[in-house]
Amino acid sequence: MKVVVCVKQVPDTKGGVKFNPDGTLDRAAMLTIMNPDDKAGLEAALRLKDQYGAEVTVVTMGLPKAEEVLREAMAMGADKGILVTDRVLGGADTWATSQTLAGALRNLDYDLIITGRQAIDGDTAQVGPQISEHLGIPVISYAQKIEIEGDSVVVERQYDDRYHVLKAKMPCLITALAELNEPRYMTPGGIFDAYKAEITTWGRADLKDVEDSNLGLKGSPTQIARASDKVRKGKGEKVTLDPSESVEYIMNKLKEKHVI
Amino acid sequence: MDFTLSKEHEMARTLFREFAEKEVKPLAVEVDETEEFPRATVEKMAKAGFMGIPIPKEYGGQGCDVLTYAMCVEELAKVCGTTAVIVSAHTSLCCDPILTYGTEEQKQKYLPDLASGKKIGAFGLTEPGAGTDAQGQQTKAVLEGDEWVLNGSKIFITNGKEADVYVIFAITGVVEKRGRMTKEISAFIVEKGTPGFTFGTKEKKMGIRGSSTYELIFTDCRIPKENMLGQQGKGFGIAMHTLDGGRIGIAAQALGIGEGALERTIAYVQERKQFGRAIGAFQNTQFQLADMATKAQAAQYMVYKAACTKDQYTKDHKTSYNVEAAMAKLYAAEMAMEVTTKAVQLHGGYGYTREYEVERMMRDAKITEIYEGTSEVQRMVISANLLK
Repeated sequence: MKVVVCVKQVPDTKGGVKFNPDGTLDRAAMLTIMNPDDKAGLEAALRLKDQYGAEVTVVTMGLPKAEEVLREAMAMGADKGILVTDRVLGGADTWATSQTLAGALRNLDYDLIITGRQAIDGDTAQVGPQISEHLGIPVISYAQKIEIEGDSVVVERQYDDRYHVLKAKMPCLITALAELNEPRYMTPGGIFDAYKAEITTWGRADLKDVEDSNLGLKGSPTQIARASDKVRKGKGEKVTLDPSESVEYIMNKLKEKHVI
Repeated sequence: MDFTLSKEHEMARTLFREFAEKEVKPLAVEVDETEEFPRATVEKMAKAGFMGIPIPKEYGGQGCDVLTYAMCVEELAKVCGTTAVIVSAHTSLCCDPILTYGTEEQKQKYLPDLASGKKIGAFGLTEPGAGTDAQGQQTKAVLEGDEWVLNGSKIFITNGKEADVYVIFAITGVVEKRGRMTKEISAFIVEKGTPGFTFGTKEKKMGIRGSSTYELIFTDCRIPKENMLGQQGKGFGIAMHTLDGGRIGIAAQALGIGEGALERTIAYVQERKQFGRAIGAFQNTQFQLADMATKAQAAQYMVYKAACTKDQYTKDHKTSYNVEAAMAKLYAAEMAMEVTTKAVQLHGGYGYTREYEVERMMRDAKITEIYEGTSEVQRMVISANLLK
């Protein structure tokens, strides 16, 4: 069984967020982590490896620095890492990203592709389903539980108040939720092995069946008008009032702000 | 000379720090208060490979260097001195002598379970009358047929009751050495559950209160002949060499305790206000912090140097690291004591309460000046090398 996990290196929300002049994130200048939903997807794949001996390949698209996230995945137990990096791929939105990843995935054998539901930097939840569309395979999103039954996969898809149990024939794509599991830690020995292992690097030329017009900033239908860091809230007002006065005070404030 | 850590070591530090913050720190207060051995944490550490970091992969370990192991102990100690010493005693004092002196059969039998953390290791040298004077052993082992029969007791044994595999030292005879009769000491591997091997009292300690410190009692305890570790009569050398390595672990523990107290103090002095200003704005505070940070940094270099020197020994079996280890432990332990004392002072009255962790850290720091060779023993080792 072959499982490919798409992971993304995202800004560590504990660190500061920095932007390029064009409004895209300045990824090179930020502290980074593996996107939490992707990490859960990787853990799910590693459990399939533990259980069925699956081969786990991790793929990421990003700056050369994104190699770190592949090393981390390999230190957790992934077998192979593929970095898709090329200047012409920069500034991609979800459409261009999914086209790129699909172009890379067409080179690989897989039974299952697992992506995170969404990345904490863009929060679109579009890339996974788009990849499945480009590759013409079924997608089951928001997986909270994954099981293999013969040549099919049985997945619990999470909703707010319930879950659906879906069965799909492999190959298929699953998008994972961070709640899916508790990802394992890297092992110290795994870290040293991961740095000894070779990472496969692919550029534009290695992508299969993708048009240039669908890649990079130019191939992105979405353009970012403006982006900003979270605006820090001020200290706010502090007032000491009797309970009755405070109700009136709060009501007035809510009216003033057009909340009610 | 390059003082930068490799990418691998940086990533390993990230791992240890994340684990320490998430799994160890939240329990540190409880472990200290209840004096209970953090079994669940040890299981998590075992799963993450922390119980066999410098053990070769062929014996089920992680196959990493001593520096990586020292960094693990350091990061654990930043948040919990107890958890750090559990790893240190297990790795340096039990796995290491079995790896260094064990026969292939002994290594195959014991190391995989120890390195994977399925079993915990301990080391028994100290006796009521044999502390710094380790030659003053009373525990005896007599060969009867195919078994050694042990009688005696060991005290202050870290991981005491929680361990499964013990490296124990005992007198196996008397030999003439330079015209004098001296005790012949040998090392043994003893398993928990061996008839005649029981536990005495649990020590009530000032610090590292969650580490299981027990008396081990041997009453006609019969162990197989093949459980002798190393050659008969070479036990004292095995003990001393093992402690040389152990000191790197304890030095790393001391380093982490000092660094942890410094981190908390830096945060505290920026919050605590007196006379209308954060106390960090006062030059006295700033100078104290500068001294603390400088000493912690110096200790880190010494600990890492000692670890790298032991790594060199692992490769060539020639390089001596006992002086580096003694200096690192001496300096790091005294740094930990000084930095934690200053940390409590800078926290003022709050620092003296159990509400602030520097109080625990100051208690934890003290033991690093005592166990695995007191600071005085380290000075003996260092000066003996100068005057040889």
